[in-house]
Amino acid sequence: MIVKGKTFKYGNNIDTDVIIPARYLNTSEPSELAKFCMEDIDKDFSKKVQIGDIIVGGKNFGCGSSREHAPIAIKASGISCVIAESFGRIFYRNSFNIGLPIIECTEASKKIEAGNEIEIDFETGKIYNITKNEVYMAVPFPEFIKKIIYSEGLVGYVKDKLYGKKDSEGKTCR
Amino acid sequence: MKMTMTQKILAAHCGRDAVKPGEFVEIDLDMVLGNDITTPVAIKEFWKMDAKEVFDKAKIAIVLDHFTPNKDIKSAQQSKECREFAQQMQIKHFYDVGKMGVEHALLPEKGIVKAGDAIIGADSHTCTYGALGAFSTGTGSTDMAAGMATGKTWIKVPGAIKVLISGKPSKYVCGKDVILHLIGRIGVEGARYKSIEFFGEGIKNLSMDDRFTIANMAVEAGAKNGIFPVDEKTMEYMQARGNKTYKIFAADNDADYEEEIEIDLSALRPTVAFPHLPENTKTIDEAEKENIKIDQVVIGSCTNGRIEDMRIAAQILKGKAVKTNVRTIIIPATQEIYLQCIQEGLTDIFIQSGAVVSTPTCGPCLGGYMGILASGERAVTTTNRNFVGRMGHVTSEVYLASPAVAAASAIAGKLVNPEIV
Repeated sequence: MIVKGKTFKYGNNIDTDVIIPARYLNTSEPSELAKFCMEDIDKDFSKKVQIGDIIVGGKNFGCGSSREHAPIAIKASGISCVIAESFGRIFYRNSFNIGLPIIECTEASKKIEAGNEIEIDFETGKIYNITKNEVYMAVPFPEFIKKIIYSEGLVGYVKDKLYGKKDSEGKTCR
Repeated sequence: MKMTMTQKILAAHCGRDAVKPGEFVEIDLDMVLGNDITTPVAIKEFWKMDAKEVFDKAKIAIVLDHFTPNKDIKSAQQSKECREFAQQMQIKHFYDVGKMGVEHALLPEKGIVKAGDAIIGADSHTCTYGALGAFSTGTGSTDMAAGMATGKTWIKVPGAIKVLISGKPSKYVCGKDVILHLIGRIGVEGARYKSIEFFGEGIKNLSMDDRFTIANMAVEAGAKNGIFPVDEKTMEYMQARGNKTYKIFAADNDADYEEEIEIDLSALRPTVAFPHLPENTKTIDEAEKENIKIDQVVIGSCTNGRIEDMRIAAQILKGKAVKTNVRTIIIPATQEIYLQCIQEGLTDIFIQSGAVVSTPTCGPCLGGYMGILASGERAVTTTNRNFVGRMGHVTSEVYLASPAVAAASAIAGKLVNPEIV
């Protein structure tokens, strides 16, 4: 899978409270959460963001609370991928679990600037900065994480486990 | 075998003799937890998985504690969804208003988490139960859904940091100061993806309430879990809560640790984390010099809403008045602690000092309700996070401290040393 978009750049330790403040956690409706995504550090994010855009963070992106509302809000905003030097561990698993692609890449995190146009190939881990004509290579996904990605998230993975995989004709093949 | 305490618990829960850091394993769960914010999302995902029933109705806990008693219609709807699901699935450990308390104070108190368990919770502070010698970690709602459906979760086996504790703390130094000091030293990502394992003769000088506070904030250093060895105090605590089936694990003598940190409790000072990260710590001696005037104090939360926290706050507030214009909000974390406060006369002391005493709730800690900050306002709180906008307006500020520092600061109207109030 290849995604392409313009980047929003943020610093280190972007916590889940700024990604989606708790005052909006009285709902779990993705489109509703997207309206307030990043509000406390980037007021206009929800107005500026286009489908396919990419968020670039520094170290420890998504640290803090376990709220899955954070990756849900990002995904529902239309963001196609988050690149960071490292991720908070709960945000990391939540993102894969709900099918939001995230990539660890220190070089990309440091060199990409706000507004750069980026293309990412998830198969190879190649991140191409079209604006600056630079290529960065991401750490490949661990095998287990790939299984979750191929099941389109943990829901699919668990369904396959509970009921077995369906083949192209819809038959169960355990 | 060279395994840490955490690795040993994980190995035992995936039917293996040994596991190695970096490996992905699927483990059997002893308890799956959710609250009124995270459970509604989990319920949606649970149905999407085409699950028909939960794996074990006695191994799921749903606690309505974040926005309860409900603050608005939307949060009431969320509680309703949890309530209906709990009834439909006959969830044994379902705690609604009247029985509920702040989840991480409640579960140990009810004796439904214990040493040797593997526990996940859709709440980041689920790591609290490491104080009992359990592997316990925060996950998301989809993980909770998968846990409820299958009784399993996926875990990347963590490496670990060893924290060696020695000495005895002085009167106003408690668990909160230990963990703030540690986070100040290693930073908010110092233990990212890792376990923090506590060792040393100093642990015997830390009460169970201190240990709960320490394990609770392991996540603020980025850790997967924080864990204490099981000793006399742990066993006494669990037995008093009707727990007899716990299992004791200990790290191998030759276990590998990526880093070793020493903390001498006798050298620790009351410690405060300044805005806007828990790693921005200063000793009370440095902090006091900055003359930080405050508008609010909160004493409570899953970090510091236990009976010892209430007692030390009462000891400081007794016969004193909180400063005019400093809203002081005290929240015993469970109904049992609330009752104890009444029986021990602590509630009288709080109210007479000008504080308010609330029913259990997580409310103000995460800027939900019951003490939201306006623009530019400052609070000293015993909670666990001081991120931008955490307790209200984006320009408000949260200073994290112990109950002793918070109570003393309420009287002084500014951040002060409890030793001199």
